[in-house]
Amino acid sequence: MEKFQTLTSKVMPLDRVNVDTDQIIPKQFLKRIERTGYEDFLFFDWRKDAGFELNNPRYKGARILVAAKNFGCGSSREHAAWALSDYGFRCVIAPSFADIFHSNAGKNGILLVTLPEDQVQTMLDRASSRDGYTLTVSLEENTIRDEQGFETSFTMDPFRRDCLLEGLDDIGLTLRYAAELDQFEKQHDAAFWVKPQSTEGAQA
Amino acid sequence: MAGNPKTLFEKVWESHIVAEPANEPVLLYIDLHLIHEVTSPQAFEGLRLAGRKVRRPDRSIATVDHNVPTTANRRVIEDPIAARQIETLRKNCADFGVTLYDVESLRQGIVHVIGPELGLTKPGMTIVCGDSHTSTHGALGALAFGIGTSEVEHVLATQCLPQGKPKTFRISIEGELPEGVGAKDIVLGIIGRIGTDGATGYVVEYAGSAIRSLSMEGRMTICNMSIEAGARAGMIAPDETTFAWLKGRPFAPEGAAWDEAVAEWRKLPTDSGAQFDRELTIPAVEIEPYVTWGTNPGMVVSVTATVPDPAAEQSDANRRAFTRALEYMDLKPGTPMEEIAIDRVFIGSCTNSRIEDLRAAAKVVAGHHVHANVRAMVVPGSQLVKAQAEREGLDAIFREAGFEWREPGCSMCLGMNPDILQPGERCASTSNRNFEGRQGQGGRTHLVSPMMAAAAAVKGHFTDVRTWEFKNAEVLA
Repeated sequence: MEKFQTLTSKVMPLDRVNVDTDQIIPKQFLKRIERTGYEDFLFFDWRKDAGFELNNPRYKGARILVAAKNFGCGSSREHAAWALSDYGFRCVIAPSFADIFHSNAGKNGILLVTLPEDQVQTMLDRASSRDGYTLTVSLEENTIRDEQGFETSFTMDPFRRDCLLEGLDDIGLTLRYAAELDQFEKQHDAAFWVKPQSTEGAQA
Repeated sequence: MAGNPKTLFEKVWESHIVAEPANEPVLLYIDLHLIHEVTSPQAFEGLRLAGRKVRRPDRSIATVDHNVPTTANRRVIEDPIAARQIETLRKNCADFGVTLYDVESLRQGIVHVIGPELGLTKPGMTIVCGDSHTSTHGALGALAFGIGTSEVEHVLATQCLPQGKPKTFRISIEGELPEGVGAKDIVLGIIGRIGTDGATGYVVEYAGSAIRSLSMEGRMTICNMSIEAGARAGMIAPDETTFAWLKGRPFAPEGAAWDEAVAEWRKLPTDSGAQFDRELTIPAVEIEPYVTWGTNPGMVVSVTATVPDPAAEQSDANRRAFTRALEYMDLKPGTPMEEIAIDRVFIGSCTNSRIEDLRAAAKVVAGHHVHANVRAMVVPGSQLVKAQAEREGLDAIFREAGFEWREPGCSMCLGMNPDILQPGERCASTSNRNFEGRQGQGGRTHLVSPMMAAAAAVKGHFTDVRTWEFKNAEVLA
């Protein structure tokens, strides 16, 4: 996973509440078996509207998305994170995120920053009213600042932060506890009432 | 009782902790991993690239549901990309030793229908699947939640997941439900009250006398839509209803093992005095037959109400969201919901495709005919549900009324197979999401209960099922 340390980039505002993952990437693109190549499908239906933010030259090249509350709700499709990442977004700032999207974004090196609504609104307003609005997001310092004097700090789960800063592989981290896992599994397997198998066993 | 009183969630959580590293999430053991074609190919590919195996093929079960055709010849998939995805699952299951219930299997069906009906889902288990509606399995007292594809790979490789501990939220529905009102209305009523992010960060336990009086199918409908309120999972304490429903299912324990299992399961319900981070009580009498009017499940009103006016909303963000939703749905504020005409009816999905759902819809449909302007279909949730319905003659009732009777799958809930709405078509659907384009680009979805969908199919518009004229209902008694 690509590390996230400091990012300075143009900003795309998306001032809509409850943006669901069906909008981030519609279902017809979930039939692919590849893990890359989703950039053209990002906000596929909304992009057909010429006025949609993704079509606005002002935001071209933006790697930071500023969004409204409950971003990424609905389906668990990780394709939503892949589409954002493949398009070039590395950071989303919003007042709140849906749980599964939050987890999926982190696994793909996308930093999600949760900030109070009034601060997010400031960034939304500035991004939509001036050309080339730029933010600098530092995960090392836990700060966000623009070039007009706006500055704030954010908090996040320390484990998630370390994973992003170091670009750590989750499975590798879990395997540090291989001995504990073997031990747990041995005892847990004896608890037949939580096992899927019956005397009949699996039969296709 | 020894120690502190605990919630159902806490008991299941604590019994699955593999490791609790300092300053890191808990490592949680996963008892059952359900797999389908859409969210697994990249996960298996990840295993191959890293030279890893599936740690516990015996705790992994796969089926095909999202992409499969619901027409008679199920091996013919015209979309080559969908066909390749299904072939990939077949190969992955063969290569890694995972049992697959393929289209020919009598056990094939929507993953969240077959887990419980095969008895794979049991009280006290931890269950995951690369699908947000995994919350369904919580109806049996399991901790079940949806995960992304990276996490699918993680579980395949390690049978564990690092998890931050969610907060707890008890929602109690107290009293007797009014006639004509069911589980779908309860959950739509909850989401309408708390919003689509009202339970984000929480595991919800549904409690109260109205919940305890529900069948297992009804409980699954409610837990299924927990995610539509943002919840990590939904759970219902196992009780006699749960045990009676589970007994004798293919993967349920037998004989002495059954008795021992039930004794363990009886320890699971929330202890009296256990604390929740949040509580909400709704009197059952307040629940009505609901219809969604907008583009998320929280945009919902009683069937006897009118389309809301965005101008009445407090916040600017909500006014804009309501206006946008009404524009997409092509609805005007003040229109009575009962005057909204529909083009399509879909009875199916992991929310409402179980035998009880089909019985409820058939009871409404019996002796009536689908309206001339409506195309209606029933897609049973699994091969076993379909076979049971056919034994009970429900298929004949639906067919005679003019419904299409299909093969099992996710179908028009999300339209990954050919079952989709055309642009502008309006659908009364028993599924779980009315997002823009969910059932087909430009399609307009209204979420309702199976009875409400059946009644709308007959009338050609939404109608209050509490005043329905039942005909031939005695054949289904």
